[in-house]
Amino acid sequence: MQLDTENKLNTQQLNSLEKHLLNDYQHDFPLVARPFKKIADELGTTEDVVLETIKQLQETGFVSRVGAVFRANSIGASTLAAMAIPEEELEKVAAMVNEYSEVNHNYQREHHYNLWFVLTASDEHTLNAVLDDIEQRTGHAVMYLPMLEDYHIDLGFDLGFDMSMDSEANQKIDIGIN
Amino acid sequence: MDMKVKYRLPSLPEQAVLDDTDQALITLIQTGLPLSPTPYADIGKKLQLNEQEVIQRIKDLYDTNVIKRFGIVVRHHELGYNANAMTVWNIADEAVTELGACMGQFDFVTLCYRRPRRLPDWPYNLFTMIHGKDREDVLANIEILANSCNFDDVDYKVLFSTRRFKQRGAIYR
Repeated sequence: MQLDTENKLNTQQLNSLEKHLLNDYQHDFPLVARPFKKIADELGTTEDVVLETIKQLQETGFVSRVGAVFRANSIGASTLAAMAIPEEELEKVAAMVNEYSEVNHNYQREHHYNLWFVLTASDEHTLNAVLDDIEQRTGHAVMYLPMLEDYHIDLGFDLGFDMSMDSEANQKIDIGIN
Repeated sequence: MDMKVKYRLPSLPEQAVLDDTDQALITLIQTGLPLSPTPYADIGKKLQLNEQEVIQRIKDLYDTNVIKRFGIVVRHHELGYNANAMTVWNIADEAVTELGACMGQFDFVTLCYRRPRRLPDWPYNLFTMIHGKDREDVLANIEILANSCNFDDVDYKVLFSTRRFKQRGAIYR
């Protein structure tokens, strides 16, 4: 398997605070005036340290952002799309697809349909125009697969860190929204 | 294997009724909160809302299921989850909701959607994104799904990613 390795980072070097920030605040982020202060209180540190640590995690690439993940199609329009591209053209077509600001994920996958991407736009009309444009420019058909039903409850992703060494900070605190 | 707590039932997505202020708020928060001591007040200044109004609107977007999750968004790949497989399943139409609901509960499943078949090229109607530290880990997770959700002889395909050309959050406008 040829996985890209250019950004691979060493998670062994993460300290306890970083692990807690990464693992425990993926959902139900505090909706209070000073959210980073609340997190700092829960983890036994200061607001400044929490903010600085999150900024560093963002710079090193572990954190993409602190914010909302929207349910597909609850606002705007989106679809999964796939193309079957001959190997020798794949890089060129992938680069063309990447040019669209409506494309947010784009992966090569092991299948006859080997290029898979997600398109998101403000409305269906824009989405269809982009799909048509991609087909015209690349000369290849796009198979689009919009979501019909969502079965997933998104609570983020358990990173499986071993936090047994710092039990007092490990106590789960209910900071749920409602 | 950890099962997710079912404290919020997934509902069918409906186009939520959002006013212009909601739209502007969404535009501001989809790329991330400002990393300042008072992020909600800072956002409010740009929208002529006070801090409490911003917080209330975010809560409302959450309650109406427009926001699926609100918090730190991590990058799996950088954190050592190097393998992800889009696993696609060809499930009888009458069984797909039940199996989808079962699969959607596992913590290594990060997406679980029903999508249309595109016959004859594409018979698969249930899509799951499955993460793992490596390929074996992902395949073991798929085995767990197959055993736990009680289906046999199901037609499925595992599409590992071999290259990532682009990954970022969605931008709606």
